[in-house]
Amino acid sequence: MSSQTEPVNGPGSPEPAPQGGRPAEPVTAVPVRYPERWVAAGFVLVLAAMFVHMLFTNTAFNWPFMFDHMFSEPVVRGVWITLSATVLSMIIGVILGIVLAVMRLSGNPVLVTVSWLYTWFFRGVPRLVLAVLFGNLAILYTTIEIGLPFDNYWMPWLGLDGDARFFEIDARTMLSGYTAGLLALSLSEGAYMAEIIRAGLQSVNKGQTEAAQALGMSRGRTLRRITLPQAMRVVIPPTGNETIAMLKDTALLAYVPVTIELFYQLQAIGARTYQIFPMLVAACLWYLAITSVLMVGQYFIERRFNPGQYGSIRDRIVGGAHR
Amino acid sequence: MSERARETGVTMTAEGTELPANALVVAENVHKNFGRLEVLKGIDLQVRRGEVMCIIGPSGSGKSTFLRCINHLEKLTAGRLWVNGELMGYRQKRGRLYELRDNEIALQRSDIGMVFQRFNLFPHLSALGNIIEAPMQVKRKSRSEAVAKARELLERVGLPDKADAYPDQLSGGQQQRVAIARALAMEPSLMLFDEPTSALDPELVGEVLDVMRDLAEGGMTMVVVTHEMGFAREVGDSLVFMDDGVVVESGSPAEVLSDPRHERTQAFLSKVL
Ligand SMILES: Nc1ncnc2c1ncn2[C@@H]1O[C@H](COP(=O)(O)OP(=O)(O)OP(=O)(O)O)[C@@H](O)[C@H]1O
Ligand SMILES: [Mg+2]
Repeated sequence: MSSQTEPVNGPGSPEPAPQGGRPAEPVTAVPVRYPERWVAAGFVLVLAAMFVHMLFTNTAFNWPFMFDHMFSEPVVRGVWITLSATVLSMIIGVILGIVLAVMRLSGNPVLVTVSWLYTWFFRGVPRLVLAVLFGNLAILYTTIEIGLPFDNYWMPWLGLDGDARFFEIDARTMLSGYTAGLLALSLSEGAYMAEIIRAGLQSVNKGQTEAAQALGMSRGRTLRRITLPQAMRVVIPPTGNETIAMLKDTALLAYVPVTIELFYQLQAIGARTYQIFPMLVAACLWYLAITSVLMVGQYFIERRFNPGQYGSIRDRIVGGAHR
Repeated sequence: MSERARETGVTMTAEGTELPANALVVAENVHKNFGRLEVLKGIDLQVRRGEVMCIIGPSGSGKSTFLRCINHLEKLTAGRLWVNGELMGYRQKRGRLYELRDNEIALQRSDIGMVFQRFNLFPHLSALGNIIEAPMQVKRKSRSEAVAKARELLERVGLPDKADAYPDQLSGGQQQRVAIARALAMEPSLMLFDEPTSALDPELVGEVLDVMRDLAEGGMTMVVVTHEMGFAREVGDSLVFMDDGVVVESGSPAEVLSDPRHERTQAFLSKVL
């Protein structure tokens, strides 16, 4: 403080008046014009008109035929198969992913290696190849048996007759198209989910685990009650993407082959009636419709796990003040 | 306290070591290395029941590390540490040490409350949720019992109306008071504080120190790492000055603060006082 201003604020002198209270002139200015926006809009409009015109005039679309067959009974059943395959493989995939991620972060060298190898294999092989491969697994095992391993070696060695198998099923029934396809999709999804969940778990501050441990919570409890719930907000958005990707990948079931699946059914109708193109359009429309429904679901789940109390991710990244 | 303990002033631990009967924490030649970095170089300390011990020292001297050794968040490299007559983290049988399992260590920790510099409240739980979590999960208390206790504690730390607030709706001082209530909900016999007011704006420090002062007056045994010399002088029963992984000087706060014997203590105090 300089000596000149001191007397003004010094003891005994009147307090300075607070600012504000004066009338203000509102800002009136001519806004910037953007003529190029109008040009761009006109251009897009013309393109859109051409596209719509083609949709109505090109006979290859054969709309009446498409609408007739799009909701036929086998197609609608195909939609249900596709939906159930999506939901089931995602559920199995998420559970597998949690197990694999926890194994990967466990610090136990055996578990870490197993988890790494699993992820390496199932991320490395294309889903299409996996689908065909699992469709042909019955070549490897004609029957699936549950029992003690290597019994054909150690039972005779111990001087015992018979075998140590308790339960067996025919592989061709067990690995029927749908099961085989579902297995391929869920095992593959497990690998991707493992990476997503691992990232989520690692995003949780180390202080959280320490606080939980200091309170006397065991490691398992800390994971279930403290770390996993906090990882959820990081895990859910990419899981939504995975679900949508999975919905589209159920089309790969056609190669297992799963004949009751949506895309197979639509293609079959197209091939039978020589109306291939309308049925492809029908496939697009069905997948788009289901994806849209899933996106709405994702929106609500994200809101549920991202309650206002600790700020949306968007607020954290770009700041919440602009609203 | 057993009859024998009263007569001799000594208790016998499970593995047969004799410890002073009135000591809640006994650290014996505690060493801690992180890789090749030697952080604790032989700490000998005893905290009596009901004692408030303050630890001061320059940054990096190992104060936090020592505190974390007490509840076994860090494993000792050498030495022994007992809390309440129990060897922390190990079982000693016929001269050999056996590591305790995760849930056994958790049980030992549940008797020791800890308050962190950065609060570490669980952001996905409300203040009440933070407080009842461990009593319900670890002590298997019923929800109603845990909630009743939690409300009582919130009252005690001066936040009776914040039960439903989430951590990011609370000021730093309020968060730290909830964190103290959370630790107290486990009814610990020892409370550890690691610079509980260092992350707070100056005007919020007082409200947290007030809660700690009440706690001390209630007879809680406390080990407090702090830079608040006023608190150490008024509330502390003893003051420990640590530097470079060793205890340089300890004694009553008045003694150490006004009449430090060691050059290092004098140098440190001249900087912070
Ligand atoms: N997990 C760790 N791994 C490696 N080094 C560590 C670890 N934790 C602490 N250290 C080191 O140990 C030393 C002592 O750290 P500590 O946190 O105990 O100091 P402090 O006395 O609490 O300091 P401050 O006053 O800054 O909190 C520091 O040099 C630090 O870098
Ligand atoms: Mg520290």
